[in-house]
Amino acid sequence: MAEAEESPGDPGTASPRPLMRDLKAVGKKFMHVLYPRKSNTLLRDWDLWGPLILCVTLALMLQRDPADSEKDGGPHFAEVFVIVWFGAVTITLNSKLLGGNISFFQSLCVLGYCILPLTVAMLICRLVLLAGPGPVNFMVRLFVVIVMFAWSIVASTAFLADSQPPNRRALAVYPVFLFYFVISWMILTFTPQ
Amino acid sequence: MAAVDDLQFEEFGNAATSVAANPDATTVSIEDPGETPKHQTGTLRGSGREEDDELLGNDDSDKTELLAGQKKSSPFWTFEYYQTFFDVDTYQVFDRIKGSLLPIPGKNFVRLYIRSNPDLYGPFWICATLIFAIAISGNLSNFLIHLGEKTYHYVPEFQKVSIAATIIYAYAWLVPLALWGFLMWRNSKVMNIVSYSFLEIVCVYGYSLFIYIPTAILWIIPQKAVRWILVMIALGISGSVLAMTFWPAVREDNRRIALATIMTIVLLHMLLSVGCLAYFFDAPEMDHLPTTAAIPNQTVAAAKSS
Repeated sequence: MAEAEESPGDPGTASPRPLMRDLKAVGKKFMHVLYPRKSNTLLRDWDLWGPLILCVTLALMLQRDPADSEKDGGPHFAEVFVIVWFGAVTITLNSKLLGGNISFFQSLCVLGYCILPLTVAMLICRLVLLAGPGPVNFMVRLFVVIVMFAWSIVASTAFLADSQPPNRRALAVYPVFLFYFVISWMILTFTPQ
Repeated sequence: MAAVDDLQFEEFGNAATSVAANPDATTVSIEDPGETPKHQTGTLRGSGREEDDELLGNDDSDKTELLAGQKKSSPFWTFEYYQTFFDVDTYQVFDRIKGSLLPIPGKNFVRLYIRSNPDLYGPFWICATLIFAIAISGNLSNFLIHLGEKTYHYVPEFQKVSIAATIIYAYAWLVPLALWGFLMWRNSKVMNIVSYSFLEIVCVYGYSLFIYIPTAILWIIPQKAVRWILVMIALGISGSVLAMTFWPAVREDNRRIALATIMTIVLLHMLLSVGCLAYFFDAPEMDHLPTTAAIPNQTVAAAKSS
């Protein structure tokens, strides 16, 4: 994970500083995802804290009231978790098997961080749904989800596309498209009781 | 013999002179070192495999067949072993998909497109896409069919995804396994010219499922007739790809067994598509018609009684 070297000296003062450093690193990567440019920060200093926070947030927001979740048919917490992590691992393996030169954890890091736009979309959708159901409500949510889906794809492709030889780039990018499409579908079909 | 000497891989200078000296000798020319394909075989390729003599294809296939002699196989616990199953370029995947959509009578899918380079990329991701296409289309179709009903509450039916995944992946792996075992067994009894390795069968089955992706999306249309026409079209296309692929492998056998094998292949394919249609897509409700037809009847009855 991120470098967290213990500073020498007083053990009492050592713990807050690596935590702040980690949080700053996570925040910096969030900014890189929101404004994707060709930069190596996500790749060089990978960490999995950000993806974990995002995945847990997304999975929690996709839950409904326990009282109504008897037969709701929505994804359970574990299912969202499994889809995100299993999907990210599968895409990473696929990319490496095709001959890409990205490391395993770097790829997981990028894919996890690029869920940020979709998590923001989930947040917006939940807020919009407070206004009550209806076709206008649905159109707004559809628009937000589509925009954030495109943002995720652009952000992750900006980081991942260079690691593949050009004759296989499409083969490596398509699973990323499918992955974010499924997550977008889960967000769009969220209906609270 | 001069021809044998020419095949020695010494310096490149020798190749040039030897071509000039003996134009009939087969030589391998590697033009672009950047794109030399690595063709390696794993230990899954059966030892009893024999090539058909006719090689359909163009320059690409010539280079592939000539380089076949250079294949090196890695042990199955290394990562490189599995990389050999993903040794395809984008255009090759598109070509294979195109081949599964346009079955040409007499052209064998394995011979024409796979050509000793079976890949697992196509089957795996086509199955994954198909799973989500079926689950999402089914959900969408049910939503549209029941739209407007007072008692209907939309649910995403997310658990159906895991069921779809189990069905599709089981079909894509177990049926080729059974077919491969059956063909190997028949091979031991009747000498067949053409035999396929397990991976090639998996590859054919995987690519033949591609037609079901647009079919599943079109199944959203809530008309029974349209859905059944789509089933027939998809079955016709992918069934014929499978039949034309496996007919050369069984035609030397007993006539009845050969026909029964082909029929079973097509039947299983049909079962898959009909089963998915029945399970994931609700029947288009017919009771919308009686309610709209009942109202004129009621008004007519009211008019008659008054």
